[in-house]
Amino acid sequence: MTISVLDPTGEQVPAHRTRAQRITSLEGATIGLLDISKPRGDVFLDTVQSLLEKKGANVLRFTKPTFTKPAPVDLRHEIATTCDAVIEALAD
Amino acid sequence: MADNRPRLPDGFVAFVKQDCPTCELIVPVLEQLAEAELLSVVYTQDDVSFPNLPITSDDTSLEMSFFYEIETVPTLLKTVKGREVDRIVGWSQEEWSSFLGVEDLGPEDIRPYSPGCGSLSVDPDLEGKLRQRYGKGAASRVVKFASAEDEFEAMYDRGWSDGLPLIPPTVERVLAMLEGTTLQPEEVVALAPPNLVSLTVEKVAINAVMAGCKPEYLPVVIAALETACTDEFNMHGLLATTMPVGPIIFVNGPIRKSIEMNSGMNLLGQGNRANSTIGRAVQLAIRNVGGGRPGGVDRATHGSPAKYGLCFAEDEEGSPWSSHAQDLGFSPDQSTVTLFPGEGPRVIVDQLSRSPDELARSLASGLIGNAHPKWVMGFDAILIIGPEHASRFAEAGWSKEKVNEEIINHTIRDSNDLIRGADGIAEGLPEAFAGTSLPKLRPDGGLIILYGGGEAGLFSAIIGGWISGDKGSQYQTREITL
Repeated sequence: MTISVLDPTGEQVPAHRTRAQRITSLEGATIGLLDISKPRGDVFLDTVQSLLEKKGANVLRFTKPTFTKPAPVDLRHEIATTCDAVIEALAD
Repeated sequence: MADNRPRLPDGFVAFVKQDCPTCELIVPVLEQLAEAELLSVVYTQDDVSFPNLPITSDDTSLEMSFFYEIETVPTLLKTVKGREVDRIVGWSQEEWSSFLGVEDLGPEDIRPYSPGCGSLSVDPDLEGKLRQRYGKGAASRVVKFASAEDEFEAMYDRGWSDGLPLIPPTVERVLAMLEGTTLQPEEVVALAPPNLVSLTVEKVAINAVMAGCKPEYLPVVIAALETACTDEFNMHGLLATTMPVGPIIFVNGPIRKSIEMNSGMNLLGQGNRANSTIGRAVQLAIRNVGGGRPGGVDRATHGSPAKYGLCFAEDEEGSPWSSHAQDLGFSPDQSTVTLFPGEGPRVIVDQLSRSPDELARSLASGLIGNAHPKWVMGFDAILIIGPEHASRFAEAGWSKEKVNEEIINHTIRDSNDLIRGADGIAEGLPEAFAGTSLPKLRPDGGLIILYGGGEAGLFSAIIGGWISGDKGSQYQTREITL
């Protein structure tokens, strides 16, 4: 279960956190591919996956429940903790 | 946690609005489901005649949409025993068919997919009002942590902490905290420095929860912040200075007892919840709302443990004298908070003086070291006289005024010893001050005398101040209103 708290700040800046370190090489990196659940997004990502794997990357696949809403906080957390980088695929 | 939300009819429940093309699109589906008695109710957010069905229910107040946290229309809930058990959002023919267990949903030529629109209940212009109207009382942004995330670590990551753990400020805890005041959550207490951001009662309550306060401490925290953020007290300067000072807080009057503050043994130390959390709440509010953080606008060279928030009470019952608040004209049934721009405390030991005069000289010598022994008049001080020291004065019949006057008189020194270069010390007063005598502390309020501490120990405590008056910070006292 997710926990919600009220923002204690003056809300002058977005509730962001520091960006992860940028990766410098695909070799051995774990790349998340996030399908936003639009038609044929999987076809596009299948191709991206095979290209990434040829360059030595490990690929993990994720899917948003619906493209109409931001990814659920648990999914974002899972991606953030298991991947070095993520590619989010738009499709139509 | 008790679920206080209005109950829902069992079966399936839909939320729609007329001003949404997807909701328009699925009207035939809603009709089909109503006829089959699968759908129990359709809550409409903006038009009571949309959709035109017997089961359409008026939610133009957005109460149900708010309580069930509808973010998108259409949203379809599955309900059991009046409670939601599952939901889907937007329109997908395939998803709705499987969710409802119905094949051939809608007309054959219906678009199989349409994402839906934003719910009116999350309209940025309405959300805060809805929170207040429906008793959630919170207009602040909601921050969600993932279930696999440790909420205590997540709060550290966001920079909300002074370094110690925080209590997560959930809506429930913040609402309970707000019970501690009669002020409305949206009322502005002050403009919090350094960014001069409106500090609402609700933001104070959130930071008070995080600091570990009980609701009954909230009026003290609010009064302290009102005082801190005045031009006279100059919280901005206190925050930005390289000196190791913070707002030292002490409390007088009946609230000391009702919130069980410590004015006795270890009053400046750890162990009492009110003492430990009130000052911390003040500092967290300045940090989080005002944006004042160490390394940012806070430029303290060394800082001080007092910057976590130093708060204590005066022992009025044990004191041979009137309280600080009474000296200022407040009555014994008024509660007050005083803010003093000060460093961490230190002790003056004197175990040998037997006469009041000896002790006054001794305490004066201890005060001379504040800031720099050769600096005078510019920095005020608090002297907390312990019970054993105070009895020396009380037994001789010395009033607090006399103690104050005698101590200041005993700090008077030949200014030739204070000027730059004297005693081989470059620091000191400009040459122009040579040839006179000067006290360490200004006679018109430069020394605050308080009574407090444990019964045993021939000690008193000093809290050295910062630049006093218009050029720095003037200590302030304010009544605490409940």
